[in-house]
Amino acid sequence: MARPAPSQVLRRRKVRRSTWLGVGLVTLYLSVIVLIPLAAVAWHAAELGPAAIWRVVSSPDTRAALQLSLFSSLAVAAINAVVGTIIAWVLVRDTFPGKTIVNALIDLPFALPTIVAGLTLLALYGPKGALGVNLAYTRAAVMLALLFVTLPFVVRSVQPVLMELEKDVEEAASSLGAHGPTVFRRVVLPSLLPAIVSGAGLSFARAIGEFGSVVLISGNIPFKTQIAPVRIFALIESGDSAGAAALAVVLLLISFSVLLLLAFVQRWGRKGDE
Amino acid sequence: MTISAIGITKRFGEFVALDDVTLEVAGGELTALLGPSGSGKSTLLRVIAGLEHADAGEVIISGEDATGRPARDRGVGFVFQHYAAFKHLTVRDNVAFGLSIRHRPKAEIARRVDELLHLVQLGGLAERYPSQLSGGQRQRMALARALAVEPKVLLLDEPFGALDARVRKELRGWLRRLHEEMHVTTVFVTHDQEEAMEVADRIVIMNEGRIEQIGPPRELYETPGNEFVMSFLGPVNKLGDVLVRPHDVELLLEPNGVSTEALIDRITYLGFEVRVELELPNGRKLWAQTTRESAAPLEPGRTVHVRPRATRTFDGDGAETRPAGDSPWWDRRVTMEVHHS
Repeated sequence: MARPAPSQVLRRRKVRRSTWLGVGLVTLYLSVIVLIPLAAVAWHAAELGPAAIWRVVSSPDTRAALQLSLFSSLAVAAINAVVGTIIAWVLVRDTFPGKTIVNALIDLPFALPTIVAGLTLLALYGPKGALGVNLAYTRAAVMLALLFVTLPFVVRSVQPVLMELEKDVEEAASSLGAHGPTVFRRVVLPSLLPAIVSGAGLSFARAIGEFGSVVLISGNIPFKTQIAPVRIFALIESGDSAGAAALAVVLLLISFSVLLLLAFVQRWGRKGDE
Repeated sequence: MTISAIGITKRFGEFVALDDVTLEVAGGELTALLGPSGSGKSTLLRVIAGLEHADAGEVIISGEDATGRPARDRGVGFVFQHYAAFKHLTVRDNVAFGLSIRHRPKAEIARRVDELLHLVQLGGLAERYPSQLSGGQRQRMALARALAVEPKVLLLDEPFGALDARVRKELRGWLRRLHEEMHVTTVFVTHDQEEAMEVADRIVIMNEGRIEQIGPPRELYETPGNEFVMSFLGPVNKLGDVLVRPHDVELLLEPNGVSTEALIDRITYLGFEVRVELELPNGRKLWAQTTRESAAPLEPGRTVHVRPRATRTFDGDGAETRPAGDSPWWDRRVTMEVHHS
């Protein structure tokens, strides 16, 4: 092997320097925006000590709220994984009048202030609901609100992957004798899975921290419809800010472990990619 | 295992991709569909495979009417230009796909896949993923995958189109040898005349949704049925309505009575082959293909004497005509500057 030319060495060193600059800037930014606030929450909770945290978390009403949040968020993630994929499929593969408008509509739940979303849902599905269905103060209402605010995640993560999926891969499968459902299950789904999983993961994380859209329609009935973020709000209102921080840390830990788990699943699923 | 495509018409909106095309492929034959892009060659292949449905016409594969059948029931192996690899599956699972969806016994699948991987020389790469293979290896994997289900016919759509020139050459020879071993009726699409001539037993030349001519490579080259076929199968000089292959332009240092003077514009060396660009007394340009030895005494600016060994003329309908009249070959239908030595 010949020695690299001086210009090459120079370029390599340059790349390295700019890389460090990039990493430095990203770290600084993340610290200011994310890490320091999260650390402050954790610090606030840690002042209580593990025993006190446990006492807060294991109090019956907090535990019920935590359970409701966890299970409804899991259910929301699962429903989004299926429905979001179907919506993405229809938006990419089918043509129908008004498709552009429907496509733009998908992101609106992000734009709408969540409290407005809650109000609207209450007006439509509440006691004097225009649709004649009263879901107010039930767990179904909690799910409804969570599904509303998490709709875009799976759709938006699956859509670009589906668009880039080469048609000839499906054609190859059918020329090899596969029926439509087999083609979907054995060829299309495995390609979409990483995107579905990541979209579902984001849905979960968003759902477990959601407050605004749920607070009005759920009625916040302890042991029934009170979710963990609302419980935190209740703790703050009653002056127990350390307890609130403790519960927040638990929520953060749950989200973090789910996202971490998904990252590993992604990595494992990506083994066949470039 | 024959293929008949009878009276196939296919439109994409206003565009007529195939216009009442009829093609018969004999069993065990290796046929090339050759034509420029937009000539309908890929569409015809996809209609045969059932990946595209014709607006009119029927497809019969080894005696059975396949016109209304979906691709999965046609017993056709299809190889795509861009490999269409299943990226999430290993090479082994890619090749096994057709067998595993048919729920064949595991041991049988394993044996068959090993056999095929050996055949396409990917034996050592069975556990790799497609992304870890080169383009040529991916295409060989795709071929093994198509062969695994023992198709009645093998269809390849520009199979070497995405590969670099060297690998393309290598795979051509390899496809030829594979065909000699397997004898599966094979049709492949290409826009590369050299590839078609090198690999195929028979070439189908297509243009604007129609078949221009069908025949063995040599026959097509030597007796092209019309101007399109002649110019698509190799370079030509067109002088008025007279067509001359550059290798049929003979360059003489001295006049021989039937030759005409020409001025050398430019000489390009391509190794053994040398291209000599010439200008005739009437201002027309042509080029001659010659060898390094013959070109040794030539240099730009020098006058040489040119004589065609063979010329062809086609009338408006494309049929061949015999040269007539007294004017010289290079100046027919040109009234001015008739100059003859």
